[in-house]
Amino acid sequence: MLLVLKKAGEVQKMLNEKDKVFQNLHGFQEPFIEGALKRGSWSNTKEILSKDQNDIIELVKSSQLRGRGGAGFSTGLKWSFMPKNTGKQHYLVVNADESEPGTCKDREIIRNDPHTLVEGCLIASYAIQATKCYIYIRGEYHHEYVQLEKAIEEAYERGFIGKNACGSGFDFDLYVHRGAGAYICGEETALLESLEGKKGQPRLKPPFPAGVGLYGMPTTINNVESIAVVPTILRRGPDWFKSIGAENNTGTKIFCISGNVNKPCTIEEEMGIPLKELVEKHCDGVEGGWDNLKAIVPGGSSTPMLPKNICESVLMNFDDLKANGSGLGTAGVIVVNKYNDISEVIERFAHFYKHESCGQCTPCREGTGWMHRMMQRLVRGEISPEQIELLENVTKQVEGHTICALGDAAAWPIQGLIKNFKSELISKYNKKLKAS
Amino acid sequence: MSSNHPGLSNNFSRSGEKFSWSKDNLRSIKTIISKYPKGREQSAVMPLLYLAQEQNNNWISIECIETIAETLNMPKIRVTEVASFYSMYNTRPVGENLVQICRTSPCWLRGSNKITKTICKETKCEINDTSDDNKFTVVEVECLGACSNGPMIQINNDFFEDLDEESTKKIIDNIKEGKPNVIGSQKGRRSSENA
Repeated sequence: MLLVLKKAGEVQKMLNEKDKVFQNLHGFQEPFIEGALKRGSWSNTKEILSKDQNDIIELVKSSQLRGRGGAGFSTGLKWSFMPKNTGKQHYLVVNADESEPGTCKDREIIRNDPHTLVEGCLIASYAIQATKCYIYIRGEYHHEYVQLEKAIEEAYERGFIGKNACGSGFDFDLYVHRGAGAYICGEETALLESLEGKKGQPRLKPPFPAGVGLYGMPTTINNVESIAVVPTILRRGPDWFKSIGAENNTGTKIFCISGNVNKPCTIEEEMGIPLKELVEKHCDGVEGGWDNLKAIVPGGSSTPMLPKNICESVLMNFDDLKANGSGLGTAGVIVVNKYNDISEVIERFAHFYKHESCGQCTPCREGTGWMHRMMQRLVRGEISPEQIELLENVTKQVEGHTICALGDAAAWPIQGLIKNFKSELISKYNKKLKAS
Repeated sequence: MSSNHPGLSNNFSRSGEKFSWSKDNLRSIKTIISKYPKGREQSAVMPLLYLAQEQNNNWISIECIETIAETLNMPKIRVTEVASFYSMYNTRPVGENLVQICRTSPCWLRGSNKITKTICKETKCEINDTSDDNKFTVVEVECLGACSNGPMIQINNDFFEDLDEESTKKIIDNIKEGKPNVIGSQKGRRSSENA
């Protein structure tokens, strides 16, 4: 109901400054402990940790927080899958392997407000009975790694983490592990393999990590943003979080806007802000004006693009984007205007997936290379309408036939291109044919 | 093209010199191994590859692999596998400055092609080449995760963002002349705020 109202009303306001979880997203304040304390981090962590573990899980569940890493699964529900009192070592693993093209949100959290993440790690670990937590950060983020290590050191020094964390009686250790340039390690089980010192190749599921995860122990893997918002949710209450956004699409969200906008930026906004408003208000519009818009990829490279007519009214949340044939993904918004060739945008994504396929499953290893070669020909206007159909058909044979979702992620952008711009691709071919 | 990227090649080679850990690194290794549970020392293979690469002029030789395998009590092939799987471990020598240009769509939409051209011209390197004076190795890479600040490049550990041809040339010139560069946005942005 709320969704409908908001769509019709068109009186969306910008997110209130005081409702922003990340008060220092852009780094104008001190990023470390002094600044973090002023921003409210660590203020009553002991009190939070005095709650029952199940109660914390219930609170997070009732806030309707959905995972910010792409899949949008309920964070609280995920935590509830962890077995209780097993006597085994439990682990929390935080996925900071931010590599999805179009996405650069976790980077800002880590380098400018790292204590939100460190505190979130402590609270989440407590809730799932994990006394150890690893943050897996992509190797290229060297500066961010240094910032994070410093924040962790500060937290240890002040007794916020370590033995008897915050005086709660809970012992907690937090470590950072650097990746080394492999997109696939953002897939949760590949990440675990990598953390164990192996090639990052995804595992078959089941067993799921909650049962058999890192070193064979019960493990929960969460995205940086999902963990970093938890302290604020518990401080201000699930009802506050739910008051922002719409049912099942609650809270605030960091959006990263890139590509053909006048002022690309990363911004925390209300979940469900209209896409057009995000582009017009926060990025000073599309290069060459709104009418120069060709398409927008709404949630990182894996999500199918949206044509202009849908961009006019779609809301940036999980459910509305899904209903419009795409997804929120990581909320990495890539704007493409008419000055650029939309098929080359997708050809470059295809190159990316070919490059990043781990090589384990044949449909993906062979398919991503084949799809990329076809995309190169498509950019040159060299594939016929029949071959376009063949390409679409092959994407469907890769999709859903691999251990992890990289195969799907490689297929969807191409399917989105063909779905929205088929006639244009065909006329490109005809033009080329005539010219020769 | 991509097969020539120093981080992606599977052709490891010997440097011809024995590789043994520096004193500082021996100390770091102890700390690193202590982060992981007993019996799970293999987890330290990635951090140790970084240490070795840093000590070995930014590349991993077969000698490095042998030493790591010995330190962690791992079969050499397991270390080799990891070193070849991840693109940030260079399997051959690279120049003093490894210049990585992001080529993925968000950066491309904002002109990464021009940045590539400028860099190749100013460093006198083709993609995947090392300059004659060994100052630069230039490669094109996939998304580096600074999309709201595209086009961008990474030189060794540092990101340079919001580039145009002029600022790119300046960065390369500064390196040539031994002058310091401003890291991050070249348009005066603090990070990725609207400005």
